[in-house]
Amino acid sequence: MSTAASLHQSRKRRNGVMMTLCVAAAGIGLVWLALILGALLYKGLSGVSLSVFTEMTPPPGDAGGLLNAIYGSIVMTIIGIIVGTPIGVLAGTYMAEYGRFSKLTTVVRFINDILLSAPSIIIGLFVYELMVRPMGHFSAIAGAVALAILVIPVVVRTTEDMLNLVPNALREAGTAIGAPRWVVIRSVAYRAALSGIVTGILLAIARISGETAPLLFTALNNQFWSSNLNAPMASLPVTIFQFALSPYEEWQQLAWTGALIITLTVLALSIFARSLTGRREDK
Amino acid sequence: MRHFIRSAAVAIAMATASTFTLSAAMAADLSGAGSTFIYPVFAKWADTYKKDTGIGLNYQSIGSGGGIKQVIAKTVTFGATDKPMSDADLEKNGLVQFPMVMGGIVPIVNLSGVKPGELILDGKTLAQIYLGAITTWDDAAIKALNPTLTLPSTAIAVVHRSDGSGTTFNFTNYLVKLSPDWKDKVGSDTAVEWPTGVGAKGSEGVANTVKQTDGGIGYVEYAYAKQNNLSYSKMLNAAGKVVEPSLESFGAAASNADFKGAKNFNVIITNEPGDATWPIAASTWVLIHKAPDDAAATGEALKFFAWAYKDGKETAKALDYVSIPDSVVDLIKASWKADIKADGKPVFAGE
Amino acid sequence: MSAVQEALPAVRGSRDATVRRFALTDAIFHAVTRAAAILVLVLLGGVAISLFAGSWQALSTFGFSFVTSESWNPVTEKFGALAPIYGTIITSAIAILIAVPLGIGIAIFLTELCPRPLRRPIGMAVELLAGIPSIIYGIWGLFVLAPFLQTTVQPFIISVFHGIPGLNSLFAGPPYGIGLLTSAMILAIMVLPFITSITKDVFDTVPPVLKESAYGIGCTTWEVTRRVVIPYTRIGIMGGVMLGLGRALGETMAVTFVIGNAHRISTSLFAPATTISATIANEFTEAVGDLYTSSLVALGLILFVITFLILAIARYMLMRIDARTGA
Repeated sequence: MSTAASLHQSRKRRNGVMMTLCVAAAGIGLVWLALILGALLYKGLSGVSLSVFTEMTPPPGDAGGLLNAIYGSIVMTIIGIIVGTPIGVLAGTYMAEYGRFSKLTTVVRFINDILLSAPSIIIGLFVYELMVRPMGHFSAIAGAVALAILVIPVVVRTTEDMLNLVPNALREAGTAIGAPRWVVIRSVAYRAALSGIVTGILLAIARISGETAPLLFTALNNQFWSSNLNAPMASLPVTIFQFALSPYEEWQQLAWTGALIITLTVLALSIFARSLTGRREDK
Repeated sequence: MRHFIRSAAVAIAMATASTFTLSAAMAADLSGAGSTFIYPVFAKWADTYKKDTGIGLNYQSIGSGGGIKQVIAKTVTFGATDKPMSDADLEKNGLVQFPMVMGGIVPIVNLSGVKPGELILDGKTLAQIYLGAITTWDDAAIKALNPTLTLPSTAIAVVHRSDGSGTTFNFTNYLVKLSPDWKDKVGSDTAVEWPTGVGAKGSEGVANTVKQTDGGIGYVEYAYAKQNNLSYSKMLNAAGKVVEPSLESFGAAASNADFKGAKNFNVIITNEPGDATWPIAASTWVLIHKAPDDAAATGEALKFFAWAYKDGKETAKALDYVSIPDSVVDLIKASWKADIKADGKPVFAGE
Repeated sequence: MSAVQEALPAVRGSRDATVRRFALTDAIFHAVTRAAAILVLVLLGGVAISLFAGSWQALSTFGFSFVTSESWNPVTEKFGALAPIYGTIITSAIAILIAVPLGIGIAIFLTELCPRPLRRPIGMAVELLAGIPSIIYGIWGLFVLAPFLQTTVQPFIISVFHGIPGLNSLFAGPPYGIGLLTSAMILAIMVLPFITSITKDVFDTVPPVLKESAYGIGCTTWEVTRRVVIPYTRIGIMGGVMLGLGRALGETMAVTFVIGNAHRISTSLFAPATTISATIANEFTEAVGDLYTSSLVALGLILFVITFLILAIARYMLMRIDARTGA
């Protein structure tokens, strides 16, 4: 009796310790976030004004905004996501659904994980050789392609993982009522894995929205307004990079403000996407 | 939700399509890339020039190495570099180079009890410090240069650039000229194998690391020392005089440099003669093709440079750069007329 | 639109035609997904080929000594990759060691302990860490974290471990604030959201009936997590760790600010070091010589090889676990 009681006690204690550690982990994560976000808000917020969104990047010593950089970032990120996400989702679908046990899947999974860790500057150089050099000039399209290549491995990895976790019973139920494979995938597997796939896309957006290195050798940057996809285009990360390391106060201020804008945008996107996928979850 | 995704997709597609149509109406701007040192003044000049003439010149700081590679690959109209190209490389790639602007590099220190400008250093001592041979601030060599200062026994924390940089190139070039030891063991380039110390990213990084580290020493462009209110040191120059870092002393280095006798304007203006000369000055060169594919773009770029030499002086000064002396500008324009040609005619038509 | 509705016309109309149509669309979908998977292969193939081509000059000049030499001298054009390789592996390993327990802990907290109304906000807060541009991590690390470590934590640790053999060399040297440990800490923060989000998502996929039956026989929350949830989601967690590791190995901008970029191998975690991606990012834009550029590209190639080896080891370990548990 007493051993059973002490076993119970020790299990309870163990549980208590582990759960306290988990709470502590969450605490640590939140403290880090608060520290970084605090610094970002402290330095960035004072520079937020209407002119940030209506004026072009200024020369040193002048007041100005980030309009061309914000526009460029939005355009290239959207194209990058539009190009990269379908490829990533489809490849992930093949790996989890059609070719779960095929050799190709094993190879692609391996290769994809390597692609995940390829330094973004290497991707930038690849696209430079692939597009910029043959075209003879830098272009926003090349930048978007570099971003798309960064999107793909993240989306592939999450899509495959999430589809693999969809219980097979669901698929079998779909097949049992006569639905062909692709309808089962679309209407059953995607639905069940939706929130996870969205997480993957969000992580991909978060990753590319702050990337400097792949844009430097592809889209370059632009001091002026340009909406020409075939010409150098400004982007927030490259602008932040150039301004943050400059000696001029106005530029440094704009760099912090730009960083704050990127962070808040990613947050807003997360909330938005979560509210779309989450409604079903809570039911 | 499905409806939403569909309408979002349509909206995005329409936005993309409109971007494409817009693009047809845009005129192509001139483009240049390279040195980060020259970036702020190019940005300022380009802004003013666009307001005056309507011609935009998009210069991006991707680093001097990047600038050289891009101008060779003809992805930009011109490149800019802090390290001059050799005559052979210029010849091989069909390029001309000429100095665009100059500036100064300043040693910065963080030493309790020593005010800005109180400390005096010379090139030899600086080399010994960066070699790791002098390790404390009360070393006899530093004391000998500063007999009136009370120097603490704090260890010297050496800070250098971690990224490849024209600033490092000019700084190490100066050390090579002054110290045979440095020449043998380290040498001079945009990045070197540092015998000691810690690397910081960018001049802003060096400035901050020095600011935070007691006993720290680093080197930055003058603008960083000035804007950050850092404690700088004076230098003993080639004439044996103690000089303050200032636009005047940098300018003295520029005007004492012998550009006339140098081929391709290949003069590195460290350790130049003259009583008022600051010993660690630096220039940035522009690289442009001799026989350009797009003569119109090159012509516009040269017009811009001519405008910058003449009307951009005040701007340069406000941003702590030294303009190229007029006598040198005349040499540069002569070289444009002689060397940069399309269909046998000089591309540069101005005065 | 449900599968039943789509299947209905099949019963009414010509059955054969519908079956054929289904088979065709299915074949198309199959082919499209397969093409996408192959495209991933082609992309990496392209990246790998361009890396090989770019690094050929350096590899043929230095041969095997490229990976065994510590020297990195742009002036004499003698390049060796040992120091960046060392720095890359050590910083990523420490980052993962810090981030994996933290990430799994946060995921457990979010799925098991956290009051419902707080789950979404806290989950999103952690995800937000992924949205901060990496250059901001770098600047924050340099201007905020490094001075803090330099003035408080590092002197304290150095004095504590001063007399202890082994540990004192691990924590030796002047406290610069920047160096291996600082980079690893920044990396840990950066990969945390990747590990946490994925782990949380896969925890959510555990069928409730599994957990309920474990609770039913009297298991504690920790026991359910340890014995049911984690084994069930093992591969998914591994995916999250791989995402994180991939990010840590290749992360460029943040590390370049806080690593100190010294091509030296030092036993001290406080010493300045360098990583492969930091070296490439720091020096590529200013490198002019062909051999110099080629050596930097060769570093990129080595990172590919390192990732490859680490992945192979990870897969092997997973297989071992599977074999042992008989799954």
